[in-house]
Amino acid sequence: MDELLRFVLLRDANTVYVVAGTVLLGIASGLVGTFALLRRESLVGDALAHAALPGVCAGFLLAGERRLAALLGGALLAGWLGTQAIALIQRRSKLKDDAAIGIVLSVFFALGMVLLTYIQTLPTGAQAGLDKYLFGSAASLVGRDVAVIGAVAALAAGAVALLYKEFKLLCFDAGLSASLGFPRGLLEAVLMTLLALTVVAGLQTVGAVLISALLIAPAAAARLWTDRLPVMLALAAAFGAASGYVGALFSSLGGSLPTGPLVVLSAAGIFCVSLVVAPERGLAARLLRRRRTNARIRGENALKHIFLIEEHLANPALVSGEDVAAHHSVGVRDALAMLEGLRRRGWVERDGAAWSLTPEGSTEARRIVASHRVWETYLARELALPPDHLHRDAEDMEHVIDRDMLGRLDEELGHPARDPHGTRIPRPEERP
Amino acid sequence: MSDALPVILVGYLAAGACSLLGCFLVLRRMGMMGDAISHAVLPGIVVAFLLSGERAALPMLLGAGSVGFAAAVGIELLHRRGRIAQDASIGIVFTALFALGVLLVARFAGQVDLDMDCVLHGEIAFAALDPLVAGGRELGPRAAWILGAAFLANLAFVLLFWKELKLSTFDPTLAAVAGVGAAAVHYALLGLTSLTAVAAFESVGAVLVVAMLIVPASAAYLMTERLGTMLLLAQAVSLASAVAGYFLAVRWNVSIAGMMVVVSGAIFAVAFALNPRMRRPRAAAAPA
Repeated sequence: MDELLRFVLLRDANTVYVVAGTVLLGIASGLVGTFALLRRESLVGDALAHAALPGVCAGFLLAGERRLAALLGGALLAGWLGTQAIALIQRRSKLKDDAAIGIVLSVFFALGMVLLTYIQTLPTGAQAGLDKYLFGSAASLVGRDVAVIGAVAALAAGAVALLYKEFKLLCFDAGLSASLGFPRGLLEAVLMTLLALTVVAGLQTVGAVLISALLIAPAAAARLWTDRLPVMLALAAAFGAASGYVGALFSSLGGSLPTGPLVVLSAAGIFCVSLVVAPERGLAARLLRRRRTNARIRGENALKHIFLIEEHLANPALVSGEDVAAHHSVGVRDALAMLEGLRRRGWVERDGAAWSLTPEGSTEARRIVASHRVWETYLARELALPPDHLHRDAEDMEHVIDRDMLGRLDEELGHPARDPHGTRIPRPEERP
Repeated sequence: MSDALPVILVGYLAAGACSLLGCFLVLRRMGMMGDAISHAVLPGIVVAFLLSGERAALPMLLGAGSVGFAAAVGIELLHRRGRIAQDASIGIVFTALFALGVLLVARFAGQVDLDMDCVLHGEIAFAALDPLVAGGRELGPRAAWILGAAFLANLAFVLLFWKELKLSTFDPTLAAVAGVGAAAVHYALLGLTSLTAVAAFESVGAVLVVAMLIVPASAAYLMTERLGTMLLLAQAVSLASAVAGYFLAVRWNVSIAGMMVVVSGAIFAVAFALNPRMRRPRAAAAPA
């Protein structure tokens, strides 16, 4: 509890650096990752991060010591070379994006391993501490590192604010963007540079292997919540920041657990929660929607069957639950449950064991049956389908065609009196 | 030379077993699935390690392999049911599992004979020294036996299901019509990739398995149009990179597995420079 309080109040200078570093990194990668996700380049960040490793090592070898500018510059250059190599392999061979990304990622990384092991044999290599670029070491962040991350985050935010319209068009309609005279190559280069800068900023915090997670998960989670780009950008930045904060918090509480993986797992957790609960696109919302649609279809079917039975019966008021069950090919209990549901909506009435349609229910039932039979007529006339090919399609379409569409189809066909099977077509507005 | 042989053997068997499957991963555009699986097996390896207390035993192979397989299935579910873009699904699932694995390694560092270096580039020289002892006799490096078994399993899979693999890779529609179990082939491929990734993990680490899955296969793909030739060429690249990688690594005293991959990357670069579309860039514009 004491530790929690110390963390939340940011008592330790070290905690301040860690939290500031991870939160700023989360914001930067949320913003940049959004555009990567929308451009279907999520894994390019992964490749960039792995490709940066030999650059870090080369920077160290050239500078002869652990100088931040040399390391970051090397990483940036190697990352840029990696993305160029991916583009070249795709353009000039029959290999596709997956192989191109995989090859560049793994070969550059292997080169990084080779250079790293070489550096470790050097007299200066032992203190190089370059291995922390592999898994990151947020605990060792100092003010200067945080300033670098902050600068990258500010750059990302500034670029998004300044070039918002251009980026948006590039993501959603590259063709229109080009025809409006936006410099596509330049914009892509800016986005790629932002991606590379974010990756490099993240190397020290979460490491080469895991930075790609921060670029993907917050943006993917944000995508689930909204269809609007500004909202998505804000959410992705917020999710990224929250991942950074929660990861740093758990790391400070859990003893010696490394921050990087905890930040990544927090981002994955936010994504999982979003996947389930997000409105519209979330699994729960989609399940609910499907169940509602199924319930509506079941209700409409029950209503239709009462109408069809009434159509055949001499005394229309005497439809029983058993009749509906038999006609609809369901169990009696299911049929009764459906009828009870229809009664609650005011579409059927019950008199002892006999069920009958109310005027509203009758209108609704006639709409469904009319949709079915008008659609059959349409298929037979316009598509010249034989009579035995009509019913099944109409069984589905009767739940899709709404009143407006029914009216238009009816008019188009000249208000036919009978369907292709010779049965009379009722109309929703007619008096029974 | 007696030092070299076991290491080269282990290196070749790892790369060879991987690229047998890698050829099909590349052709089926599932290269990043190999990346995902080889990272995702890490938590499985650590947990199996904690439970069984030894590395590369059968329970470990099956336990960790099933985590890789589950990750592959999870990615597909996320893509199909969750309607998340394929690349984003891959990126989220494998990084989360890998992060979990790293966390477990850090948490149980004392109990697990695994460290971060091993996770990244394996310890092929140590693996090649660790002998399999049966009935008081040393039977050569244990890693060679395990990778050899993986190699033979993959070879048997490729030979036994040659027709099915070929058909479902090049003409999935015809495969479906002909009643070839395309789904079964797909999942068998993913399952074997997981097992092979676990088997190779000890020697080459999580990240370099990706290279062994994809790089020799891609190089071979650029050299031929025939599937059988491609598989053989991938083996040749694997062997050449194991041999040359070993000697270069010893010469410069650097990571052996890393150097093997760098050599295969160099072979790929040559194959790429000589591939037809590189020579005649206009051909790239023509429909393939």
